[in-house]
Amino acid sequence: MQYIPNILFVAILIVGIGYFAKNIGKLRRNILLGKDTEVSDDKPTRWRNMLRIAFGQSKMVVRPVAGLLHVIVYVGFIIINIEVLEIVIDGIFGTHRIFEGLGPVYDFLIASFEILALLVIIAVIAFWVRRNIIKLQRFLKPEMKGWPKKDGNLILYIELVLMLLFLTMNAADFRLQQLGAEHYVQAGSFPVSQYISNWFTGMDISSLILLERTAWWLHIVGILFFLNYLYFSKHLHILLAFPNTFYGKLGPKGKFQNLEAVTKEVKLMLDPNADPFAAPADTGDVPSKFGASDVMDLSWVQLLNAYTCTECGRCTSECPANQTGKKLSPRKIMMDTRDRLEEVGKILDANKGEFKEDGKQLLDDYITREELWACTSCNACVEACPVSIDPLSIIMDMRQYLVMEQSAAPSDLNNMMGNIENNGAPWPFNQMDRLNWSTES
Amino acid sequence: MADTLKVPTMAEMFAAGEKPEVLFWVGCAGSFDDRAKKITKAFVKILNKANISFAVLGTEESCTGDPAKRAGNEFLFQMQAVTNIEVMNAYEIKKIVTTCPHCFNTIKNEYPGLGGTYEVVHHTQFLKQLLEEGRITMEGGTFKGKRITFHDPCYLGRANGVYEAPRELIRKLDAELVEMKSCKQRGLCCGAGGAQMFKEPEKGNKDVNIERTEQALETTPHIIAAGCPFCNTMMTDGVKNKEKEGEIAVMDIAELIAKAEDL
Repeated sequence: MQYIPNILFVAILIVGIGYFAKNIGKLRRNILLGKDTEVSDDKPTRWRNMLRIAFGQSKMVVRPVAGLLHVIVYVGFIIINIEVLEIVIDGIFGTHRIFEGLGPVYDFLIASFEILALLVIIAVIAFWVRRNIIKLQRFLKPEMKGWPKKDGNLILYIELVLMLLFLTMNAADFRLQQLGAEHYVQAGSFPVSQYISNWFTGMDISSLILLERTAWWLHIVGILFFLNYLYFSKHLHILLAFPNTFYGKLGPKGKFQNLEAVTKEVKLMLDPNADPFAAPADTGDVPSKFGASDVMDLSWVQLLNAYTCTECGRCTSECPANQTGKKLSPRKIMMDTRDRLEEVGKILDANKGEFKEDGKQLLDDYITREELWACTSCNACVEACPVSIDPLSIIMDMRQYLVMEQSAAPSDLNNMMGNIENNGAPWPFNQMDRLNWSTES
Repeated sequence: MADTLKVPTMAEMFAAGEKPEVLFWVGCAGSFDDRAKKITKAFVKILNKANISFAVLGTEESCTGDPAKRAGNEFLFQMQAVTNIEVMNAYEIKKIVTTCPHCFNTIKNEYPGLGGTYEVVHHTQFLKQLLEEGRITMEGGTFKGKRITFHDPCYLGRANGVYEAPRELIRKLDAELVEMKSCKQRGLCCGAGGAQMFKEPEKGNKDVNIERTEQALETTPHIIAAGCPFCNTMMTDGVKNKEKEGEIAVMDIAELIAKAEDL
């Protein structure tokens, strides 16, 4: 009978981690629906970017207030997780504070967890106030209605509850240590929870144990719940920010990829030795389509981008089109891409991994042409993203589909392109007049 | 100084068996747009005065393909690119300077993959280099104490990380450089990029160039400096919209320098 808690703990652990692993598998499958892309170059720079941008939070602090609050929660999250290791070992083996042998180091660790927990609580409350009382504009855009808003708040509530449970657990433990309760070794230093423990002075040992155990169990179950919540939430960024910054675009932001398939054709057209009547080589491949109308046409890095997006809206608040009231919001581009990708994933689940057309696609059903054509390609969104997401590349790929597959550019742009084709300039001027400026007074 | 500009073409130079130090890529706006032509001429005056050996492609130049690519027409872009590259490679071009950040970005970043690799600099970088090498001199008199704010062109700044060259030149004019609330990495677009120049904007509550002009006006400048013919047009329109064209000039860096040198 005495092993029931251990068995229960291991069972919960297996279910919690198992379900998470299953969803990670799904996530991986969905991301790999994207096209292959060349990202194996310049590994040293990629590692440096990951260290600097994701680990070092370098782009978060561009906005000092949100940046500082985020660093607190981020550091808290990483450091306090050391404690989770102890909880897991204790849970499996029925020990209590297994690391207490570390002595003063243990005291220091527990003390720093507590201080961080308090700071996290303060930061989380500040975040909640920004979202719900101050109502920062970027959290109120149309794409944030419904689940995204709820998701943002839920994450804050979960973090708050986890921190409070952690401190309650320590407070009850501290009181039990003072009372010399059996099994509760004298270990740790409790700079925050000792004040909470003052509220428990009237309680006897058995109610304190009940309180301590309840908080301990809820805390670890809560952590496992949170882990599994990630897949359904924008909060996935806590994991994906690392690979995403690693695979982020290198080189100048203004450099857009040249389509290789087009290069071949262009070179052939301009090659005086090419036989104009030659039959195309029959390779049996369906010619790949130009640009993107659905998520499978995007690269897997763009799909990873979509899952990494935490909907902070820095991109949208820097976007010149959005600032002037246009429908385009780079954040919505990323959210739409993820939503559509999830939808495609569900179709795969329902059809044993096979995709069945559902009459929907990313273009029009999620992202409208009006949004795509409002982009100035200024790269403000790319610059603003704290985790190296590139919404602009998706917009450009979708424009490419509209123009090259559908000839559906706005008529002004068709005129411009017609001029380039005919006169070598976007305006209807004669190429032979190109040097006239040099002799005009 | 005489009004005649010395503008040798590559064809002339080639025929004479000469090679210029640098090719001046004029660009479509610089060739055809009335406002941008003034920038082109100002830049040539500086080059002439400093006796820089340069040439233009003239009628052999054609659109880089930037607006076509940004509008989604990769095919047209590559047709333009490959044609231009053939011309430039035939002339064995090594170094290119251009007054248009869009041409600059496209030739520098997107031509190498198609067989055209050159050293490409924006005219503000080129002028800064000439200044450092003592091949041009600048005297501050004309703009001493004037408040000048610089609007970062997206394709020069964010796209290619060039923020300091134009600012350095403004400081060298003894002018007071004042920054807008969004500048450098966070500079706001003028609204022309991504082929927007050639179409009507989507429905919204304001035009982008008006928003940017308002930011510029907040710095109470005498001059709004630009480094791109399209930004120049957008900001000029913005200043007109605010009925400030009597007080505030929109000028390219090359024009500022030409004016300071009384060219």
